[in-house]
Amino acid sequence: MVQLNLPANSKVEKGQYYKDKTGSKNIRKINIYRWDPSKNENPRLDTYEVDMDNCSSKVLDVLNKIKNEIDPSIAYRRSCAHGVCGSCAMNMNGKNGLACTKSHSELDGDIDIYPLPHLKVLKDLIGDLSTLYKQYESVEPWLKTSKVNDKENIQSKDDRAKLDGLYECIMCACCSTSCPSYWWNGEKYLGPAVLLQAYRWIIDSRDEDRKERLKKVADELKLYRCHTILNCTNACPKGLNPAKAIAEIKKMLATA
Amino acid sequence: MSAYKIIDHEYDVVVLGAGGSGLRAAVGLSEAGLKTACVSKVFPTRSHTSAAQGGISAALGNMGEDDWRWHMYDTVKGADWLGDQDSIEYLCKEAPAAVLELEKYGVPFSRTDDGKIYQRPFGGMTKNYGNETVQRTCAAADRTGHAILHTLYGQALKHNTEFFIEYFALDLIMKDGACKGIIAWNLNDGTIHRFKSHTTIIATGGYGKVYYSATSAHTCTGDGNAMALRAGLPLQDMEFVQFHPTGIYGHGTLISEGVRGEGGYLVNSKGERFMERYAPKAKDLASRDVVSRSIAVEINEGRGIGKEQDHVHLHIDHLDPKVIDERLPGISEASKLFANVDVTKEPIPVVPTVHYNMGGIPTNYKAEVLTLNGSEKTVPGLMAIGEAACVSVHGANRLGSNSLIDLVVFGRAAAKRAAELVKPGMKHDEIDKNETDRCLDRFDKLRNSEGSNPTSELRLSMQKTMQSKCAVFRTEKTLKEGVDEIRKPYDGMDSLSVKDKSLIFNTDLVETLEFDNLIRQAITTMDSAYHRKESRGAHAREDFPKRDDENYMQHTLSWCNGSKTKINYRPVHRSTLTNDVQYFPPQERVY
Repeated sequence: MVQLNLPANSKVEKGQYYKDKTGSKNIRKINIYRWDPSKNENPRLDTYEVDMDNCSSKVLDVLNKIKNEIDPSIAYRRSCAHGVCGSCAMNMNGKNGLACTKSHSELDGDIDIYPLPHLKVLKDLIGDLSTLYKQYESVEPWLKTSKVNDKENIQSKDDRAKLDGLYECIMCACCSTSCPSYWWNGEKYLGPAVLLQAYRWIIDSRDEDRKERLKKVADELKLYRCHTILNCTNACPKGLNPAKAIAEIKKMLATA
Repeated sequence: MSAYKIIDHEYDVVVLGAGGSGLRAAVGLSEAGLKTACVSKVFPTRSHTSAAQGGISAALGNMGEDDWRWHMYDTVKGADWLGDQDSIEYLCKEAPAAVLELEKYGVPFSRTDDGKIYQRPFGGMTKNYGNETVQRTCAAADRTGHAILHTLYGQALKHNTEFFIEYFALDLIMKDGACKGIIAWNLNDGTIHRFKSHTTIIATGGYGKVYYSATSAHTCTGDGNAMALRAGLPLQDMEFVQFHPTGIYGHGTLISEGVRGEGGYLVNSKGERFMERYAPKAKDLASRDVVSRSIAVEINEGRGIGKEQDHVHLHIDHLDPKVIDERLPGISEASKLFANVDVTKEPIPVVPTVHYNMGGIPTNYKAEVLTLNGSEKTVPGLMAIGEAACVSVHGANRLGSNSLIDLVVFGRAAAKRAAELVKPGMKHDEIDKNETDRCLDRFDKLRNSEGSNPTSELRLSMQKTMQSKCAVFRTEKTLKEGVDEIRKPYDGMDSLSVKDKSLIFNTDLVETLEFDNLIRQAITTMDSAYHRKESRGAHAREDFPKRDDENYMQHTLSWCNGSKTKINYRPVHRSTLTNDVQYFPPQERVY
């Protein structure tokens, strides 16, 4: 029988406890995954007591408050703070999302914050997305057209509307890192984020490479590892539907 | 000093920053066959170009007659005659081709009924030299910046641009007044990288984070501007900071001017559409400085809304929900998330919020960096583009949708110019060891700070000072206080505290380096504002309410060494680039 054990150095240990120093009556415990690559230690879960009376509404505000006022060493990515850059994707109380758009009032109890699941952790909440970025590159995300005149391509409103729900993707990777199929076959399965991007170019009426694009993804591993679990659609913080995009690709292949 | 592992690289050109302008430059450079490195502290699509909403201006004439000369006039007027008209001519003339090129790259622009690029009205954009509103701003719903940024990243991939992602740039490498490359810190593995290049293009964006409330991303820290200051170069027109009229009250999230372009309007606590009083013709579509000042006056005179009477309302609840859904979906989402407002039923609470820096690294229209007072001397090997640059096309106030077009027009211009100056494979100079040491000394000193002032406290103090002393309205008194107070957080760096000493993704140190960059720009901004004793565009002095063309129709140049600044001036270019258009002499600016 196969023995399934986590490697000894990946066990998450109990970390430091940072007690509130403000005397606040409205305290919330925030548990944060910590791992420092420069130390030869296991990951740990640090707990911070945070004064919620003086904290803005989003999880990112909580993190910034901890970093600014309690522990500057904690590492996470953040940039735009309003859900358009995709930097602060992380796992909050078991669900992937953007820290900058997730209200802490929507989360029950203590808040547990982990990096996006199943990525190699670089430090604390920062995961390694380089594989996903390479996969993105592999779908050749640029318009292929033979027209060389200096006029714009004409695209009807209806054809343009086909890109809605696709071009808005911010590549935060919440969907792909919530997908069990991507967890197990992340090197070979393109995953929902990249397949949604692939479909964005496949369905663009201006693009002349549709057949080739379809052929390129029509692969048992790249595409058909999607088993319609739909975690992706459930996870998307922008309300997009990667599962539907994947289904559309499958449908186009089936009816081609 | 600790020994740092240094890895050397040689490139024909290094682009610093991977937002709209950096990526557009990188694409052009790769096309020209130059070995190009693009270095960025964030993955390209995380850059702040992604936050641009309303659109990109170009006189395409898809929605009625238009002319690039009208666009030029509007830009000159919007800039309150502080813009260089040769550069503005270049911008507006090149704009249509630059937008069509983006469309060819694949940008998913919204469309008209006949399938052309959709264009919407925007503040200050008019027909026939100021007469009536024109539809000039090309839009991809209200996510135009996002759409352009992702498309440009795709183009850069197509052209095999070499990216160095999550590398934090530390300093320029200078030699005899010329730039020879940059030094950067790789956050992924903690190594130091020295890039030799014949041309370095700074495309690091603005520095909105010197203020407490800004629409800017956390990463908008103007790192390239500060690198220029440390290299002994001046920054230009730093006192001109744009307050966007409509940031969400309490949170600062941008609500696009496109909202007013599509028919949205502002009201005060009395329910008055107050912009009719301040700008009888353009009303809610006057330029941003005018609208922001009007809101500030309404609030100051007690007609603000809310318990504290400190904001106004932006209405779009009269618009057809279908129009909102098609053209302003991102606004609906942001209003729900950050103001808990359903825009189809309720108004959005808004307040003027820091948004854009007209000032930056002085350049000519070819993107070459300029220095020295009174002349047009270029700095060999150095270019700047995008919000980091001051070309100057935006002068004292930028028109909405002129920033995205600035990115692509001058990104393209920089690539063109670099291709003229640099031939593939040219030999690189030796780099003076002192330059590397100077850079790493600062890095090492900050990293090993064992004092008592956390970076976050110094940053907050800087931000609060800028917010209260260098705001929409300024006076001699507030600015004088500001000039003194803004130096306190700088002096606080003498006893700085950095807890994390590691080198891999040490974001404590990143924020400290960013603060060191911000504070120098805060100081030059405050000092430049103090010295400009007139009102022009975004710089509104209550004690000098009039524009003074005799004394101040010139660009401020400010050098900064430590916390000491030197202020000087350079005349505004009073001629056009070609005979295709006449120079627009200064006029009174009314909307």
